[in-house]
Amino acid sequence: MTDRLLATMSAITHRYGDVVALDGLNLEIRTGEVLAILGPNGAGKTTAIGLLLGSLRAQQGTVRVFGHEPGATAVRLRRGAMLQVSGVPDTLTVAENLELFSSYYPAPLPVLRLLTMAGLEKLGDRRYGRLSGGQKQRVMFALALAGDPELVFLDEPTTGLDVEARRSLWNEIRGLKATGRTAVLTTHNLEEADALADRIAVFHQGRVVAEGTSAEIKSRAAGRRIRCITSVNRDEIAAMPGVARVEVSGQHLEVLTARPEELLRELFALDSELRDLQVTGAALEDAFLALIRDDDQAKAA
Amino acid sequence: MQATNAGAPRPPLSRRASIYVLEARAEFLTLARMPAFTVPTLLFPLMFYAFFGVVMKFSPSAPTYLLATYGVFGLMGPSLYGFGVGFANARDSGQLLLKQTTPMPVAAYLAARIATALVFGMAIVISLFLLGAYAADVTLYRWQWFALAGIVLASVIPFCALGLAIGAWVKAQSAVAIVNIVYLPMAFLSGLWMPIALLPSFLQKLAIVFPAYHQAQLTLKVINMDQGGSAGGHVLIIGIFTVIFLVIAAAGFRRVSQR
Repeated sequence: MTDRLLATMSAITHRYGDVVALDGLNLEIRTGEVLAILGPNGAGKTTAIGLLLGSLRAQQGTVRVFGHEPGATAVRLRRGAMLQVSGVPDTLTVAENLELFSSYYPAPLPVLRLLTMAGLEKLGDRRYGRLSGGQKQRVMFALALAGDPELVFLDEPTTGLDVEARRSLWNEIRGLKATGRTAVLTTHNLEEADALADRIAVFHQGRVVAEGTSAEIKSRAAGRRIRCITSVNRDEIAAMPGVARVEVSGQHLEVLTARPEELLRELFALDSELRDLQVTGAALEDAFLALIRDDDQAKAA
Repeated sequence: MQATNAGAPRPPLSRRASIYVLEARAEFLTLARMPAFTVPTLLFPLMFYAFFGVVMKFSPSAPTYLLATYGVFGLMGPSLYGFGVGFANARDSGQLLLKQTTPMPVAAYLAARIATALVFGMAIVISLFLLGAYAADVTLYRWQWFALAGIVLASVIPFCALGLAIGAWVKAQSAVAIVNIVYLPMAFLSGLWMPIALLPSFLQKLAIVFPAYHQAQLTLKVINMDQGGSAGGHVLIIGIFTVIFLVIAAAGFRRVSQR
């Protein structure tokens, strides 16, 4: 099994002053998979990528990529990265930038191939500064592939893109797997992780609170938000199975639950006068809270 | 910028050479396509020389003196703006971070920027010499032309080090302003715009604290218009300044990498 591990993070704790970004994190990257690191802002996703890239030094714990220190040249030669905040000079053309980055590697992909892989066929001669946001992200994607890497890191590749640009970049990212590469992407978008990843690691407050295939995560995170006016006591509802959170908003109660049918049956049994009922899908943030609650309960047990 | 080479053989010479060439070409094109950089850096030294050296010509020796000092001034522009401001921009925009994820040799990155400053510097020196020789009738021995050009171009070293020291510490948005605060007063107070002997004597004494003064004096030695200090002394002081700038720059890099 260990020979299939491309990279590992073991017992990583990372602080920025008093803020704990990663808190005893363990993560494995397996050969050939697309791993999505999913989590809200501030969950520690970008810190994890920084450590895997070697641009941040591990304060506690160890990071290994291809069995080496993550910043070693031997590692740089075999991986590519798309960073959250980055760029290339505005006044150079797309092809000029690609050609330069290709020169850093012993067996780079041809520039024309990179343009095709990133959907930039017609934009090779365009200056970087004259591209749209989506096109710039495609250039960053192509640059990450310049060295024909085995492992590609994509830190929030579609943040800030409109729906169309996001979907089309998804297609290019899917192409990575088809060419046998391993990819790690971070996102706060559940749909994106669902669309692209073989395996999802849900980050919250610097820890992995859930890990598994998209279907596994969704089944755990599939909460519902129930809103109604009822005479049932708030604390009584909070104690019911599957309930993650109860909030009072004016006359209404808002309940977040992993088992909505069960809860509704109970509520109707206790209060036939229940009214103004609304059941909605939980927001991703709510789903995370449900996962964390499960996590805490598991620890307490 | 740490470069760990564990486990990777050095690339063959031909590929290393191609990295250096492409990196330098990219850096040159980046700046050459920015009129906000090229127009002032190329035009200011020529314009000032045309004005003070050719048109005003306030003394018979002025065209010759100013040819040397505007050469030094001309090298300050691409070194401080291209290197200093360019570096601060590359860092704050994330361009540098992206390059650091690649196996690009750090030396190629620095060499590209120095080479670019030199190319712009050479264009300035050649234009100034043509202007001096044909419009201001400056006559020098052939060895003097070459020595003048060589010493002027060598000033790329202390000025790039100064640019790097500034770029390593200041934010991109304030980099141009900070460079201007260093660049313009230092040029004037070092006797680059007008002969240093015309400045009040206390300013003449102050001038020794500026690397540009020593660079100018060294250049003026070629045409016997310096203030009489020893060439070795100037070279030593320039060397000390360069080391100090590089130490300041290195401290700036450490500060960034420890974030």
